[in-house]
Amino acid sequence: MVTSCYSGNAADDLDSPPALLLESALIGMDRLAMQQIYADSGLSPLCFCEQVIAPALSVIGEKWDRGDLSLSHVYMSGRLCEEFMEQVLGGRSPFAGEHRRVALAVLEDYHLLGKRLVGFVLKGAGISYLDYGTVGAQELVRRVQRDEVGVLLISALMLPSALKVREVRDALDRLGVECRIVVGGAPFRLDPALYQEVGADLGCDTASQVLLALAQLPEGKS
Amino acid sequence: MTSMERVLTTASHREPDRVPLFLLLSLHGARELGLTIENYFSRAEHVVQGQLRMLERYGHDCIYSFFHASLEAEAWGGSTIFKEDGPPNAGPPPVKAEAIASLVPPRVAEQPGLRRVLDAQRALRREVGDSVPIVGVVMSPFSLPVMQLGFDHYLDLIFDRPDLMQRLMELNGAFCAEWANAQLAAGAHAICYFDPLASPKMIDPVLYRRYGAPAAQKTIAAIAGPTATHLASGPCLPVVDDLVATGTAMVGVGEEDLVAVKEACRGRLTVIGNLNGIRMRSWDEAATLAAVKEAIDAAASGGGFILSDQHGEIPWQVPETTLELIGEAVRAYGRYPLTGGRG
Repeated sequence: MVTSCYSGNAADDLDSPPALLLESALIGMDRLAMQQIYADSGLSPLCFCEQVIAPALSVIGEKWDRGDLSLSHVYMSGRLCEEFMEQVLGGRSPFAGEHRRVALAVLEDYHLLGKRLVGFVLKGAGISYLDYGTVGAQELVRRVQRDEVGVLLISALMLPSALKVREVRDALDRLGVECRIVVGGAPFRLDPALYQEVGADLGCDTASQVLLALAQLPEGKS
Repeated sequence: MTSMERVLTTASHREPDRVPLFLLLSLHGARELGLTIENYFSRAEHVVQGQLRMLERYGHDCIYSFFHASLEAEAWGGSTIFKEDGPPNAGPPPVKAEAIASLVPPRVAEQPGLRRVLDAQRALRREVGDSVPIVGVVMSPFSLPVMQLGFDHYLDLIFDRPDLMQRLMELNGAFCAEWANAQLAAGAHAICYFDPLASPKMIDPVLYRRYGAPAAQKTIAAIAGPTATHLASGPCLPVVDDLVATGTAMVGVGEEDLVAVKEACRGRLTVIGNLNGIRMRSWDEAATLAAVKEAIDAAASGGGFILSDQHGEIPWQVPETTLELIGEAVRAYGRYPLTGGRG
């Protein structure tokens, strides 16, 4: 499992008052405060993503993991950040430092909340990604190979979907496709050993841990 | 004691002859009959035979007449996606937020999938009478929208359209009560009221108290039989008082401190739980016995406890030998009075 780089309040670990303020604004669903924090920061959009939004979403994710917040808080925080990014950037990508091609998918399932939460975090951190939506294992492998994906993020709510990751891993290995797999979702939270069982490189307990997973994963094949 | 006597005694917060065991098995019946999961759920008689065989095989204390949650999604216009190795899953959400203003609840009698469940419950009641509790299942008005709208669109509705949210709770509440009462009339003794969104892990308790709890109070009052609220692996501790206020009699609990849950519920709610079904797939004999003992030690004292899994459905991947071991362990270790001052 990914281990967190943030814990407690944002200010405890980040020495970053804007991140702490933003965390509070997001939980309170205060759009005006969010605008003010951005304006006061004096940061460029990309720096604001990396230094304020990403840490704030990470702390909110950690607080959900500890039982201090609800998934509804996590969702609305992410949605507010997404709205803010669209407003500030007007649809342009802020081009963060992640140079590998990242893709995000749900395996054979129409429960898409987890994928959307991960998407919020990636967008909030300024990381662009391919959104594959709901796909089957074979189609997912085909797209990963076609798009030369370096890191594949898979969200799963149901156990059978989680177990399907093994099919994806084996197929990619047979094809010699060098792609890291990061998984998350309820089955992986309930059984911390499951991500290894299905051949993933890392498992995330929260959507926001995906940033740390990207940082931890070295280049190349698992 | 019969299973019914055992369950009624513990539900009265007294100690029966042993800890009751609910193996909430819906999928394993297909394997008992050598059928695919899709074929198994296509006929009521399959489920009847599957449940009766599992009752005999495992010696547990309930009939679980649940087919799959997506039958309710089907009733609202959705679809079901069958899998070879897991519960049938709801397809794309059938309801759009803008349609809620003119939405009309489906009638139970007009839904072939729901009628199959009722047929199974009638036949099961004929077979077991009142010796074994037959558990029916409904999705709560507050949690059903995850399948109706999709979770993200549902959260958008809660935050952006409280007017439509209120209307949806009324529509869903009416449907839920009708569906529950049809099951009770057909033969179910009690209703499992699935409400995973009641868990603070999922929804801010402030929102649950605004929408979910009032819907539960109204709906449970309209259900003409006992209910057990199940949070489907979600923790319940911060909302125990709210659950008590809904009028429910039992709570199915998830991954949390069972000692603390039992203490919070003692004398008010019977606790159902909380074996980890995902980990159960790979338990050996020692791990199985340890898990059963741990749960009994934590929560069985004084009654008010039913040993079960934490999700309300045991995964297809759990082997039959493990289920048999759980049954044997409860019979060996769960006898009252519990030895050594356990619990």
